Amino acid sequence: MQMEAKVNMPKRQGFGHKVLNGLLGYLKDNMGILVGFGVLCGALAIMSDAFLTPSNIMNVLRQATTNANLAIGLTLALIINGIDLSVGPILAISGTLTSGLIANNGVPIPIAILIGITLGTSLGFVNGKIISKTGIPPFIVTLAMMQIARGAAYVYTNGMPIRVMNESYNFLGNGYLGPIPLPIIYTTVLMVSVGYILTRTKLGRHIYAVGGNIDAARYSGINIAKVQLFVYTLSGFLAAFSGIILCARMYSGQPSVGTGYELDAIAASVLGGTSFTGGVGKIGGTLIGVLVISVLNNGLNLMNVNSFWQLIAKGIVILVAVYFDMMKKKAKPKTA
Amino acid sequence: MSRVILKMNDIHKKFPGVYALKNAQLDLEYGEVHALLGENGAGKSTLIKVLGGIYKPDQGEIYFKDEKIDINSVHDAQARGISIIHQEICLVPYMTVAENFFLGREADKSKSLFGSVDDNRMNLEAQEILDQLDLDISATQKVDSLSIAKQQMVEIAKALLKESSIIVMDEPTASLSGKEVDKLFDTIKKLKKKDIAIIYISHRMEELFKICDKVTVMRDGEYIGTRETTKTTMDELIMMMVGRELKDLYVKGEHQIGEPILEVRHLSNDKLKNINFKLHKGELLGISGLVGAGRSELAKALFGIDKISEGQVILEGKEISIASPLQAMKNGIALVPESRKEEGLVLIGQVGFNITLPVIEQFDKGYALDNEHEDCLINQYIKSLNIKTPSASQIVGNLSGGNQQKIVIAKWLASNPKVLILDEPTRGVDVGAKGEIYGIMTELVKSGVSIIMISSELPEVINMSDRVLVMHGGQITGELQKEELEQEKIMKLATGGI
Repeated sequence: MQMEAKVNMPKRQGFGHKVLNGLLGYLKDNMGILVGFGVLCGALAIMSDAFLTPSNIMNVLRQATTNANLAIGLTLALIINGIDLSVGPILAISGTLTSGLIANNGVPIPIAILIGITLGTSLGFVNGKIISKTGIPPFIVTLAMMQIARGAAYVYTNGMPIRVMNESYNFLGNGYLGPIPLPIIYTTVLMVSVGYILTRTKLGRHIYAVGGNIDAARYSGINIAKVQLFVYTLSGFLAAFSGIILCARMYSGQPSVGTGYELDAIAASVLGGTSFTGGVGKIGGTLIGVLVISVLNNGLNLMNVNSFWQLIAKGIVILVAVYFDMMKKKAKPKTA
Repeated sequence: MSRVILKMNDIHKKFPGVYALKNAQLDLEYGEVHALLGENGAGKSTLIKVLGGIYKPDQGEIYFKDEKIDINSVHDAQARGISIIHQEICLVPYMTVAENFFLGREADKSKSLFGSVDDNRMNLEAQEILDQLDLDISATQKVDSLSIAKQQMVEIAKALLKESSIIVMDEPTASLSGKEVDKLFDTIKKLKKKDIAIIYISHRMEELFKICDKVTVMRDGEYIGTRETTKTTMDELIMMMVGRELKDLYVKGEHQIGEPILEVRHLSNDKLKNINFKLHKGELLGISGLVGAGRSELAKALFGIDKISEGQVILEGKEISIASPLQAMKNGIALVPESRKEEGLVLIGQVGFNITLPVIEQFDKGYALDNEHEDCLINQYIKSLNIKTPSASQIVGNLSGGNQQKIVIAKWLASNPKVLILDEPTRGVDVGAKGEIYGIMTELVKSGVSIIMISSELPEVINMSDRVLVMHGGQITGELQKEELEQEKIMKLATGGI
């Protein structure tokens, strides 16, 4: 019938053109939070001489990497209208297990890392499996996993930190590639990869569809269980990976590490424009959210604000930023 | 005293990029049922939203009971007795009817001892109103135990409780069956006697002539004219709406009906009993019946949403199993579901995103999607189905119902189905888009696609189908050939009478 009309291919865009368009779109999408971020950085630069030094900038970025890795997982979980509260504890059990295997059992580093990552990824997989098979809300499932994984970390370490002084292992967390700390490189690779999955692949489409309208996705022949399984497994993997790197950096595996990290990751996602009702969110936005939180922490530290006040400041910033973002979206006209 | 209760004059409303209302007007009298007619996007809902205080007009005057007023908020409108019953039901499903009635007003209606909520009194008052309208509903029933039709009645009764002087009904019959519509009309007549003015929005033209006194037609945000229903014809109204004469809504050319392509044998599940039928290549098979007869359930079973517990489905001579929508799709079966907003579309997604969602596989290069070919397909469908959207990247939720429906259809055409099931394909769609959708269906059967069309609109079933199956209580109660298609025969079978 008429649908089989001639296929007119659009003109190919030059690569440079595409990149430029992408960049402009990015700036436009994240205008509000970017302006806020700029103001924050500007204010800190004026108030503290130390803020804009290269070493401090690297420091901020390196500290941001753990939250960034976790926030990638949380962004995906929020996009599919779920949540993952278990990332902090999964980070802890994977990190302590790997540290313990190296320090106490003399397991070769690659194998210890593999075991740690496999454990965390499996816990994420279990989250996904339970959520997709039973229909128990993700909040509950991952809340339970949060307790289980944290408990396991304490059981495994007996509540004591595991010191791990192994040069090659510690290098993974403290090493540099040229002037750039290794964790920044890992995070860059992870963000680009997941961003690519979201924007350029079939799986990415399915993720947005499941979050945008789960029934419409089902009626479109999308395997919803598969999408959920992927997202929670990835989130588990990212937590495990972050835990191992973090322990390597700190020369020790502490069972209490990562307490409250899930909330920072949620905050970063939401600051970056991820919707709490699903279907909306981008890795690029989350990146800015992560940076805002890190810069805020760093700036308050530089100004010697005590850490109790930092919590209060962070809470207020999150409320204000999300409020403005909502107002901006509301102001967008609805046509037709 | 003049009989005019509401006068809206020269109302203008601009949104960035859209001039939604220009010189809209409406004159409403006490005790009058006044239809507001126009295609989707004609400005009806915007005008109603101005009346309801949701939008503020850029220009224009509103006179209410001979007094010039400004309606600045939803609260303003409600305080003056303007009630709007939206198409979507806005009741809390887990609460009782009475609790819903008094939602947010528990305090002033029931100042009892200790300021607690006086359930008895609420129940009594609610029951009184339900009885006044002769509704067979108990005030203590939970809303989610009521049928959609009854929930709609509850919405209307709720408006009465607020002592409304104007009630706006937006597509009140969209999800009602014939008998329920009659009931609604009885209710409307009772409201009329109380001198309440009713603004009635519906796409079903037959209804307007049954129940309305006057019709105001709008097009592209403008006032076109007002007619008394006794002094106008359907053709005149359609002409006013579309701005041109609409020749034959149901375009149906000759087409070849071939061999059987799909055969269903003894199909049963918990909602269907022993379903048997054949569908031929290039045939348009209508399925009629009342709401709850099992029509949509049959569609869901054939598309792998609901489980089939017994029976066989044979496609092109081979028995197939349909355990999931994906499997149904792979076998060449597609379903345009009943409710486009809940099951058909990702409303916050873009037009293009939605169109290629079921067929995104086609564009998978392994490492990425082939966006160029995808865009081609999207633009092709936007063009061939005449989807009115500024671009492929428009958010679907911002488009009109007719265009949304075309997008759902486009989604499934892209999968090149052999059997296309359309569940209420023109529900809530304006006349212009309706004609276009019928045109698409005709093109499809001509090209050899077999269509199963489920519809509650009898004129549609009678004029479009080659053959009709009638369902009642989860069973097929009769089959009518093209020559035998008459409203009475269908209704008799649909109500279970033999």
